[in-house]
Amino acid sequence: MTETANSTMVQVHRVYIKASPQAIWDAITKPEWNEKFGYQVPGEFDLREGGTYRALANQEMRDHGAPEVIIDGEILVCEPPHRLVQTWNIMFEAGTAAEPVTRLTWEIEACGGFSALTVTHELTDAPLAAAFVGGEVPNAGGGWAYVLSDLKSLLETGSAMAG
Amino acid sequence: MVTYDRRVVDDDLVFKALADPTRRLLLDRLFQRDGRTLTELESELEMTRFGVMKHLRLLEEAGLVTTRRSGREKLHYLNAVPIRLIHDRWINKYTERQISALVDLKAELEEKDGHHD
Repeated sequence: MTETANSTMVQVHRVYIKASPQAIWDAITKPEWNEKFGYQVPGEFDLREGGTYRALANQEMRDHGAPEVIIDGEILVCEPPHRLVQTWNIMFEAGTAAEPVTRLTWEIEACGGFSALTVTHELTDAPLAAAFVGGEVPNAGGGWAYVLSDLKSLLETGSAMAG
Repeated sequence: MVTYDRRVVDDDLVFKALADPTRRLLLDRLFQRDGRTLTELESELEMTRFGVMKHLRLLEEAGLVTTRRSGREKLHYLNAVPIRLIHDRWINKYTERQISALVDLKAELEEKDGHHD
């Protein structure tokens, strides 16, 4: 076995949210929304194939010495409001920055009054990033399960649990 | 009337899915290494293929396992989001209350101490 325990290659996370696919798409891709849930950092998406994605450090992170761009990526597929494929690379930590770029797919399907959001993260040869987004790093938030639970809370109740 | 899949809104399915030791074991196996086939999962359990399939189906219905096709294989992935939702909705709620009760108790005791002075 070449991989260590917990350093999985692909992670699939799914949440059902009482919101339209468009509302979920906006919450993911617009900085005024995406800075309100999860790790609370604004994420800028240049929504076209080949466009850039950048998540910017918030003030608290900058105070702790984080670089301006904490996650860097490129948009590979952009089909609003149902499918977004991007690369995703954590830049705030030397170990993860040195790992291969990971690939992230967001899929949003209407499901009778609800929408199913599926996040598939391909993390080949990126065990540090996998541990981080899998919620296995102590005091580092809780990864996708935490982010998606918080997104559901934001869209269904109008406020996130974080912060 | 809007109809939707029961698993969309039902915490009961998650609690019921978690209430079985074999299903918890399957989740632990997937936590250790995600993206496994039925055959791989079956090889670690003393149970028939049919039994393992049945447990995996209940886990999938509860949203705790998602599946993805890779060529001819069906791979199973742990989806921790429903557990996180239960944690955020139930466990946080009660632990916060306990903590605030302890804070209140501390304040009360300290106030009494103050009166003794």
